[in-house]
Amino acid sequence: MLSYVIFSLTTAGIYGLLALSLNLIWGGAGMVNLGLAGFFAVGAYASAILSLAGVPVPLAILAACVVGAATGIGATWATVRLRGDYLAIVTLGFAEVVRLVAMNERWLTNGTDGLPGIPAPLKSVLGPQGFAVFYLCLVLAILGAVFFLLRRLDLSPFGRVLKAIREDQDLAGFAGKNAMRVKLIAFACSAGIAGLAGALYAHYQSYISPDHFQPLLTIYIFLAVTSGGVGRPAGAFLGAFLVILFLEGTRFLGHLLPGLSSGQVAASREMLVGLAFLLVLHLRPQGILPERIRPAPRSQP
Amino acid sequence: MTDIFQAVINGVLTGALIAIPAMGLTAIFAVLRYVNFAIGSLATTGAFAAWMLNTHAGWPVLPSMAGAFVLVAAAGLAIEQAALSRLRPSGALTVAIASIAVGIILENMLRFGFGNDLRAFDLPLMRDWRFWGLRVGPQQLQTAGIALAIMAAVFAFLRFTRYGKAMRAVADNPDLARLFGMEPRRIAMATVALGTGLTGVGGALLGLDSAIDPMSGSRLLLPIFAAAVLGGLGSIPGAVAGAILIGIGEELSLLVIPATYRSAVGFLTILLVLSFRPGGLFGERAA
Repeated sequence: MLSYVIFSLTTAGIYGLLALSLNLIWGGAGMVNLGLAGFFAVGAYASAILSLAGVPVPLAILAACVVGAATGIGATWATVRLRGDYLAIVTLGFAEVVRLVAMNERWLTNGTDGLPGIPAPLKSVLGPQGFAVFYLCLVLAILGAVFFLLRRLDLSPFGRVLKAIREDQDLAGFAGKNAMRVKLIAFACSAGIAGLAGALYAHYQSYISPDHFQPLLTIYIFLAVTSGGVGRPAGAFLGAFLVILFLEGTRFLGHLLPGLSSGQVAASREMLVGLAFLLVLHLRPQGILPERIRPAPRSQP
Repeated sequence: MTDIFQAVINGVLTGALIAIPAMGLTAIFAVLRYVNFAIGSLATTGAFAAWMLNTHAGWPVLPSMAGAFVLVAAAGLAIEQAALSRLRPSGALTVAIASIAVGIILENMLRFGFGNDLRAFDLPLMRDWRFWGLRVGPQQLQTAGIALAIMAAVFAFLRFTRYGKAMRAVADNPDLARLFGMEPRRIAMATVALGTGLTGVGGALLGLDSAIDPMSGSRLLLPIFAAAVLGGLGSIPGAVAGAILIGIGEELSLLVIPATYRSAVGFLTILLVLSFRPGGLFGERAA
C-alpha cells in the first residue's frame, strides 16, 4: 500500500511538471500545446537513449531538456505568428508523428517493443524501496525548483510581457515588445520542461514504449491545469495531484460495476475524464485557484 | 510509371472521401470560427451509424449514408447546444479544447458499445476492373461517386439556397450579415448541422472503403486537418482541392516511404503550408 502511494505521488509529481509546462504557455501566453505527450516522449526517449549509450544520468536528463526545447522551436516556429488554432493543429500532429517515429525507427527506439533497462540512478545502492523514496524526493525537489523558477518568471518583466501578449498581442507589439520572439522562447521553455518530465519518467520506469505516450496524457494535463487554475503555477501543481487522485480513484470503477468487461471499464474511465473536463470548463473555468491579477500601479500625478 | 498512375488514381479516390469531413470541418470554422477536434469521433459515429443501418436494419448503402448524415447532424447539434455554444465567449481555443473532450467521450461511448473489433459493411464482393495495367475497384468508384454527388449538393446548397447564401455571408462578414437581418444563431446551428452531418457521411464512406473500429475516425484526423489547412481553413472549395492533393500526396509518398508513415505526410503538409503560405490555396489571411 505504501509503495502504491509513493508510486502515485511520484507520477503526480511528473504530471505536475507537465502541468507547469502547459501552464507556462497556456496560462502565460494563451498558446495551446496539444502535443504535450509528444514532447514528454521526446524527452523520455532522448534521456533513455543517451543514458543507455553510457552518458551519466544527470547529463542525459539535462540533454533531454535541451532536446525538448529544440523540438519545441522546430515544431512551432512556422505557426507562432498565426492564430492559436494553427498551433493547436500542428502540435496535435507533432505528437502523432513522434509516436510514429517511436514505433517505426527500431534502430533508435526499438519500435513497439520499447526500451528496457534504462538506468535508474542509485537503484543498486538504495534497493527498490529506498530508490522509490529517493526518486519521489528527487521528483518533488525538481518540481519545487521549477515551480519557484516559474513563479519568479511570472512576476518578472518577461512574465508580464507574456500576459500582455495573451490579453492583446497587437497592443503588446505596439508597446515595443517582440511578441513572436517572446512566444517562441516561452514555448521552448515549456517544451523543455515537458522533456525534463519525460526524462524523469523514463529513469523512474526504466522501461518506455510508444504505448506510454498516448494522446490522452495531454488531456489529463489540460484537465489538471484547468481544474487547478489557468495562469497560476500553484493551480497547475494542485491540479496535477487532483488528476492523479481522480485517475487512481476511477481505477476501482471495475469493482463497482461488476457486469462490465475490462474494455468497457477502460472506456468508462476515459468517458469520465472527458466529462470531468467539460464540467470544469462549464462550471469553474477559472479553476480552484483563480489567477490573481494585480491591479495596475496608480499613475503618478 | 504505371505505379505512379495507380498511386494518383488511388489518391484521387481516397482524397474524394477525405474531402467530405474536411468540408464539414472548414464550414464550421468559416462560420463559428473554431476548430472542431471532435471531427474524428464524429466521423466514426457516422461510420457506426451507417454500419448499424446497413448490417442490422438491412438498409442498402445509399439510405444508410443518408441515415448517417441525419444522425450525426442531430448529434452535432445536441453537442453544440449542450457542450460547446456556451463556451464561445471564452474564445475559440477554449471551444476547440472542449471539442477534444467531446471527441474522447464519443469515441469511448462507441468503444463501450461496440468493443475494439473491426467491422465491415455488408457489400457484394466485386472483382477489380483492370485496364492498361491499372486496377480500380467498382466499390471504390461507387464510394467516390457518392462523395462527388455530395460535393455537388453542398456547392448547390451554398450557391442557390437562402441558408447557403446566408452561411457564406456570415462567414464573410458576420456584422454585415447581421445588419442585413440574418440571425447569426440560426445560421450557426444550420452550419453545425451541415458540418457535422457531412463529417458523419464522410466517416461512413471511408468505412465502406475499409473496415471500421472506434478509432478509425481519429486516425483520419491528420489527413482531414491537412486537407482543410492546405485548402485554406474556412474555404469549402479549398477543402476539396486540399483533400484530393493530400490523397495523391499520401499515395505517391508510399512509393518511397513505409506505409506506417502515411499520416506523417499530412503533418508535413501542414507544416509546409503554414510556413510558406499560411492562407492555404484559397484561404483568407491566417494571421
